[in-house]
Amino acid sequence: MTANRRSTLARTRPRDAESSALVLDVRTLPTYGYGHRSLMWWSTMGLMLIEGTVFAIAVMMYFYLRTMAPSWPMATSAPELRWGTLNTIVLVASLVPNQLAKRAAEREDLGRARFWLVICLIASVAFLVIRGFEFATLNVSWYANAYGSVVWLLLSLHTTHLITDTIDTAVLAVLLCTGPLEGKRFVDVSENALYWYFVVLSWLPIYAVIYWAARY
Amino acid sequence: MTNATTTADKGAALLDGPDASPHVREALAATWRDPPGLIGMLCAINHKTIARRFMTTTFVFFILGGLLALAMRTQLARPDARLIDPGLYNELFTMHGTTMMFLFAVPVMQAVAGFLVPLMIGSRSVAFPRMNAYAYWVFLFGGILLFGSLAVNAAPAAGWFSYVPLAGPDYSTGKGTDIWAQMITFTELSGLLEAIVLTTTIFKLRAPGMSLNRMPLFVWATLVTQFMVIFAMPSVMLCSTALILDRLVGTHFYNPAKGGDVLLWQHLFWFFGHPEVYLIFIPPLGFISSIIPTFARRPVFGYPAMVLSLIATAFLAFGLWVHHMFATNIPELGKSFFTAASLMIAIPSAIQIFCWIGTLWTGRLNLKTPLYFVLAFFFILVLGGLTGLMLASVPLDLQVHDTYFVVAHLHYVLIGGAVFPLFGAFYYWFPKFTGRMLDETLGRWNFWLFFIGFNVAFFPMHLLGLQGMPRRVWTYPHGMGWDGMNLAATIGAWTIAASVLLFIVNVVTSYRRGAHAPADPWGGGTLEWSVASVPPPHNFDAIPVVHGRDPLWESTAQPQFVAGLAADAREVLATSVLDARPDHRPLFPAPSIWPFLSALATTVLFIGSIYTPWAVVWASAPVALAMIAWFWPKRRENARAVARERRP
Repeated sequence: MTANRRSTLARTRPRDAESSALVLDVRTLPTYGYGHRSLMWWSTMGLMLIEGTVFAIAVMMYFYLRTMAPSWPMATSAPELRWGTLNTIVLVASLVPNQLAKRAAEREDLGRARFWLVICLIASVAFLVIRGFEFATLNVSWYANAYGSVVWLLLSLHTTHLITDTIDTAVLAVLLCTGPLEGKRFVDVSENALYWYFVVLSWLPIYAVIYWAARY
Repeated sequence: MTNATTTADKGAALLDGPDASPHVREALAATWRDPPGLIGMLCAINHKTIARRFMTTTFVFFILGGLLALAMRTQLARPDARLIDPGLYNELFTMHGTTMMFLFAVPVMQAVAGFLVPLMIGSRSVAFPRMNAYAYWVFLFGGILLFGSLAVNAAPAAGWFSYVPLAGPDYSTGKGTDIWAQMITFTELSGLLEAIVLTTTIFKLRAPGMSLNRMPLFVWATLVTQFMVIFAMPSVMLCSTALILDRLVGTHFYNPAKGGDVLLWQHLFWFFGHPEVYLIFIPPLGFISSIIPTFARRPVFGYPAMVLSLIATAFLAFGLWVHHMFATNIPELGKSFFTAASLMIAIPSAIQIFCWIGTLWTGRLNLKTPLYFVLAFFFILVLGGLTGLMLASVPLDLQVHDTYFVVAHLHYVLIGGAVFPLFGAFYYWFPKFTGRMLDETLGRWNFWLFFIGFNVAFFPMHLLGLQGMPRRVWTYPHGMGWDGMNLAATIGAWTIAASVLLFIVNVVTSYRRGAHAPADPWGGGTLEWSVASVPPPHNFDAIPVVHGRDPLWESTAQPQFVAGLAADAREVLATSVLDARPDHRPLFPAPSIWPFLSALATTVLFIGSIYTPWAVVWASAPVALAMIAWFWPKRRENARAVARERRP
């Protein structure tokens, strides 16, 4: 183990036989790394910061409009709880295969990574179908009033994330099955899982706003 | 995947290093060079190629925006002039503000950073070079869309901040405002992607030893600015999307008759719009902190105070937006909070100015054109800052709201705070961009004409504003006492135009026949001056190891260089975030046409959505397909990656 670890570090060696000058030799470093070592991890974090800011501002729009309104929700009843709550349960449950896919990827276990990624993909198709029912039971259309507009905005923004994450996951799952493969693909699976966490966890406040803030 | 030890010890691989043969250097240059030909141009991803295009494009927009301003000033030179009709005048000031803010001032700073940051931190590339190219193309197409709308006489005309209800569906008919809103989507998408490219580059690709507290101040300024981009730009994307939805699919975000609110627009716009001023202003602080030490010939005084001031400015910038809304019905108590926050901005600004004066005072000055522009910055910015303090107080703001006083203030801070240092930066880094020196004599003419022209153009506007001349009027009657000062302002504007024309002449002639620049013509201390002017495609023959803040001014410590990166593959050295310890050697992607094609597909999506909401559905498919093709690994690249792979 220690011998293995030493072989993946940069080391200082003399530049050549005659001089005393040194050079930092990096040829033994690994070619990829997981977590915050990876460049893609940082870009995913950046994307999450940007999109988190978008969600936060959209939620502020919701409450801003609510402070201006004489009654809330405007001239309608709150969205039906059934489908939104069901979707929340499915989304939270999908964190399990998601975490398992991440772990399998970080152990570079191709078979399991493939399997759990496909399970995640099935889960994401399930949310998209349920999301359709959610739109149908909002009890308001986007052109009825400002309340309708902001509710549709929140739900559509989150749905865009579901769709992109579904496509990402599908592309990765296909790539893991067909190849060509390299070690970096496991890093991609691990970071896809990170983004999945964001999509699920950002849903919880949006769910609370759309379904519960309209009731209190 | 493969047995690591055998690949690493293979003698056949071409590896770089300080003592590498010319053969290895040629291999490095060939590896990192962009492909030739027309298709090659569209595939280019080298950060210097993209940044040069980006800078040139933003400069073209600067010229176009300036010409629009010149047309307006010519119209206002005399009272009751009939050169331009009121409708066109509305389009002109809207296009001028929009161009200067969205197509010039913010992106030019990212463009310059895209060129300089890798050279300053000792890297061969920016992170995500293909995304960098995509961001450029998206920006270019957004800018063309806006000027295309002017060419077909459908330009936006509701002002650069597009207040509702004027910009709403009832009062702005036609496609102008929709085009404005989609131009925002284009440029902010590009800006946000650039922010991700630059932050990742700065965090992960610094040369070994360049811990955060040894980063050049320009790199710090860029890093701080990109974080501001990440938190500010989502707000304007969201509010312009809500505007276009109100206009195209009948939502009611800003329609009071259906529970919407017009002030919501102002809050969302200025929550972006005020930090935007600092997106424009903070990178120039980095230019100044690069130029002053070089021309004072000593390291900058008070490095930690400078870094903390940058961060403090960025934080405070998010607490200022309401001072653009003092003339609205928001609570008075809230206004006083924003007055206090606006006054606080003076503290970090003053600390930086103090440190720069300290550096200049204790240095041995080398008075060259870049330093002239920086010294002018002090003069103009202090004046603009003082009128800023005046505008931050609610009673005075109400008095001069929407007058020329505001026009004078914003040009003093933006031109003084950003354009003067930017010109200084062009003179300073032009040798690195092109391999030639700009002419000093023409440079002095350029400077003095700009400085005098600027003050002649904008100083009278303070007085015009105090005398009550409203901004955005297409003409004014004789006998208001405004004639002389307006004429002076117009003469000043033409003087600035002459100065910018001289700059263009200087650039063109120097580019063709100027003196060849050595690697370090000014005696600078940061890493970009350690490589040839123009840097080779791979930037560094061997990645340096950094032991201090001004590596070229310090005695060499060992080890001086990195060795062992591939010369025949786009391999870079990733280091740890805080201390820049060598971490791994990722392989970067090769040039590709897909970023360009993805940008084209994105353009179809954005422009299509102006005409039919269904474009969002059908035009998403080509975007998704182009991006999947972009991501999909090619067999040959994959084989190369697998051959040199080494597990963590």
